[in-house]
Amino acid sequence: MKLSVWTYEGPPHVGAMRVATGMTGLHYVLHAPQGDTYADLLFTMIERRNHRPPVSYTTFQARDLGSDTATLFKDAARDAYERFQPQAMIVGASCTAELIQDDPGGLTEALNLPIPVIPLELPSYQRKENFGCDETFFQIVRALALPMERTPEITCNLIGPTALGFRHRDDVEELTRLLSDIGISVNVVAPMGSTPADIARTGAAHFNVLMYPETAEAAARWCERELGQPFTKVVPIGVGATRDFLAEIATITGLPCKADESRLRLPWYSASVDSTYLTGKRVFIFGDGTHVAAAARIARDEMGFEVTGLGCYNREMARPIRALAKDFGVDALITEDYLEVEDAIRELQPEMILGTQMERHIGKRLGVPCAVISAPVHVQDFPARYSPQMGFEGANVIFDTWVHPLVMGLEEHLLHMFRSDFEFHDDAGASHHGGAATARVEDGGPAPQTPRSLPAEMKEEAQVIWLDDAERELRKIPFFVRGKARRNTESFAARQGVSEISVDTLYEAKAHYAR
Amino acid sequence: MTVQPTPPPQGGCRNAPVLKERGQREVFCGLTGIIWLHRKMQDAFFLVVGSRTCAHLLQSAAGVMIFAEPRFGTAILEEGDLAGLKDANQELDREVARLLERRPDIRQLFLVGSCPSEVIKLDLSRAAERLSQTHAPRVRVLNYSGSGIETTFTEGEDACLCSMVPVLPKTDARELLLVGALPDVVEDQMVGLLEAMGIGPIRLLPARKIDDETAVGPNTVFALTQPFLGETAAALTGRGATHIAAPFPFGEEGTTAWLSAIASEFGVDAETFAAVTDAPRARARKAIAQASEGLNGKSVFFFPDSQLEIPLARFLTRECGMTALEVASPYINHALHGPDLDLLPAGPQIAEGQDVEKQLDRARAARADLTVCGLGLANPLEAEGLTTKWAIELVFTPVHFYEQAGDLAGLFSRPLRRRGLLKLEAAE
Ligand code: SF4
Ligand code: SF4
Repeated sequence: MKLSVWTYEGPPHVGAMRVATGMTGLHYVLHAPQGDTYADLLFTMIERRNHRPPVSYTTFQARDLGSDTATLFKDAARDAYERFQPQAMIVGASCTAELIQDDPGGLTEALNLPIPVIPLELPSYQRKENFGCDETFFQIVRALALPMERTPEITCNLIGPTALGFRHRDDVEELTRLLSDIGISVNVVAPMGSTPADIARTGAAHFNVLMYPETAEAAARWCERELGQPFTKVVPIGVGATRDFLAEIATITGLPCKADESRLRLPWYSASVDSTYLTGKRVFIFGDGTHVAAAARIARDEMGFEVTGLGCYNREMARPIRALAKDFGVDALITEDYLEVEDAIRELQPEMILGTQMERHIGKRLGVPCAVISAPVHVQDFPARYSPQMGFEGANVIFDTWVHPLVMGLEEHLLHMFRSDFEFHDDAGASHHGGAATARVEDGGPAPQTPRSLPAEMKEEAQVIWLDDAERELRKIPFFVRGKARRNTESFAARQGVSEISVDTLYEAKAHYAR
Repeated sequence: MTVQPTPPPQGGCRNAPVLKERGQREVFCGLTGIIWLHRKMQDAFFLVVGSRTCAHLLQSAAGVMIFAEPRFGTAILEEGDLAGLKDANQELDREVARLLERRPDIRQLFLVGSCPSEVIKLDLSRAAERLSQTHAPRVRVLNYSGSGIETTFTEGEDACLCSMVPVLPKTDARELLLVGALPDVVEDQMVGLLEAMGIGPIRLLPARKIDDETAVGPNTVFALTQPFLGETAAALTGRGATHIAAPFPFGEEGTTAWLSAIASEFGVDAETFAAVTDAPRARARKAIAQASEGLNGKSVFFFPDSQLEIPLARFLTRECGMTALEVASPYINHALHGPDLDLLPAGPQIAEGQDVEKQLDRARAARADLTVCGLGLANPLEAEGLTTKWAIELVFTPVHFYEQAGDLAGLFSRPLRRRGLLKLEAAE
């Protein structure tokens, strides 16, 4: 038993729903109690889908348990077939139905429906949403995909995008464009946008582009083994990764794979003078393994940020993320407990978080700006405009998205210069974020004499106290660097064995850390 | 003194045939009530003993995760708990001890049963007794079921309040007990109106804090503020209290009828009643008239959701000029919904339970001007050209009593107004 409040991932049957909802012509019959129908709103509200997910729930009740939940399942499966006339069906159990062991697969088989029925075994008490996507898609591919002759021209499948995925819709479009640039057309995109009949012809492609290892790696491996299709290992998020991805495809196909980079703006934007203000910004990165790995590389190599910490919530990616963290010289945080993430952020005091909607809330509470880079996300992260993460346009989008929460370069300069000005004072926040102007509080509020616990690295000197003057001086430092100043000063004080921080300590620390 | 609403000339719906369906139900389970109950009871924590699905439901229904550590959570059962490798009771005791240590502000703890905990027959009432002993006197531990196999959406609040009835202190005083979780501002208005008539002492269930003086006994009379509290009403009756049946306090008419039923129980005279209610009644009428302009002459179709459907249909038909085509409720309880059914003009199909596919067919055929349904159905129906109102907002928004009557009408008229305002059709 484990106490949990907010979770990064739903149960595995929600992963199966993401696969089914992305597809057409497939229906999912789910043995589940009525409350589990809440999952429909993830798709209809958060993603604003204009269709109900293709899911029939048996909605058994307590009084059915003694009698015949199996009949209920069979009726639901038969009704669903008759009403929706799908090309194929997936059947399975949610956490509660798993306990009553009705065997949805066997029950549906007994109905002799004239379509393929694919039973899913998703262990609800061990695994989670991403596993549910991966396993469901794998089972569908395994059941439907056939070995067949390759297309005469070089084609690939794009595999991995699902309903409720972070920017999957636009990533598909961007990659399709990028691939067509280099003369490769797309055979099938799956699961999103495909039908069971499309899955059957995935074998015609020469190779697979594995867009999201979280949702389609098992299928990619199976296709490699059974259909002889190699798959790409590089996820093309960021400039460097996109170029590596093209190089990988060149190796697979023997084509030159020279893409047109005229639409790519990130490199110049990062190199232009305004971006000097981005240099060395301390960022903390958390999300699913794939997006975190991509974000870390972009942050360091393409934006000039300093990565102060990173981690992921999906344990399946723990190994690569640990290796990555080592490369970045930081500790990896592998956890599904957002309170641990919050603690890590509080301790590291980054200037920006790159995270999920959970970290957005953490950022709100701690006053640290946050840009969203990974699922889980909420309604505002399904934008109306085209905003991929992958490919060259994805890199442009990422530059804009990450810079937006920060103060603009020239504005930062003004804030430094007029830091106690009535208009440029720091409680006013960044000028492009709107909101009512906040009047500056003259006396700076009560000086918190409360001892603060220190970052882990100097645990022996557990506490320091800020003297009133120093606290007031600290408050004059603009908000977007104040966290860093506070942390540096405290580390400095601890290392010097000073337990009270005065204005002098503050400036000595500043001199010490000057670079 | 009584101010009785006039029954409709064509007769009401109390004896109308009820369409009872069984099929897929598209509703939340009772766990959802935790979202508003934990805000209401400020010293309570709700610990669901369930699965990752239960945690995910709470998170998705709550929508906004503004609290780092809200006063609810899920003890997620794991493989080991199910396989009997670990003693689930010991695990629970450990999690509860850890939680209470971390949150010294908690004075009452609800262990909330879920489908998985019920299917594996984890006895939470025994666990609650045991934990109560361990953590007394600081914390009182109770249990109820919010599972989807036992409860539908708002029935979770019923089960929660019902679990508190046996532990309410006994009183022989003549007191008015008002039952149902309302937003504080609405609760204050309600109590203000009744106190102005000289009625008291007034007690509330749920009380805001465990130490508040809610008690029950043979001289207690109680009124329900929500139409889904049947089990709680039965439990209170079991402790000797007397129920005041009335239409529910939605809209000017419902509020007046509800207050009047209580006033007559307490012998309030007509002048006093008028003195207290005349001004807010007039305000409410005016507000409804303004807000319901776009509703007049329009039709409405209710999917079953919260058991608020019958009282709300009564409000929309009698005070906003709408025609009801179908009014479906997850459950219909004549003792509670009867007074509203009496007033709801005959005509609509009354339905209990659900087969969502068949009901969708009916809703598409009816093409009501406004379809009231759950979040899972709203956008798909909008995409088919229907105008919808999501039902959950009716539970999360202050809508009771006079001062909210206009807002209540506004909740229904806004979707229609929006449809009127948007000019998005492509040029011919
Ligand atoms: S229906 Fe049952 S399993 Fe599903 S969320 Fe509700 S209590 Fe949990
Ligand atoms: S802030 Fe936005 S993303 Fe976060 S929970 Fe609220 S609505 Fe969802």
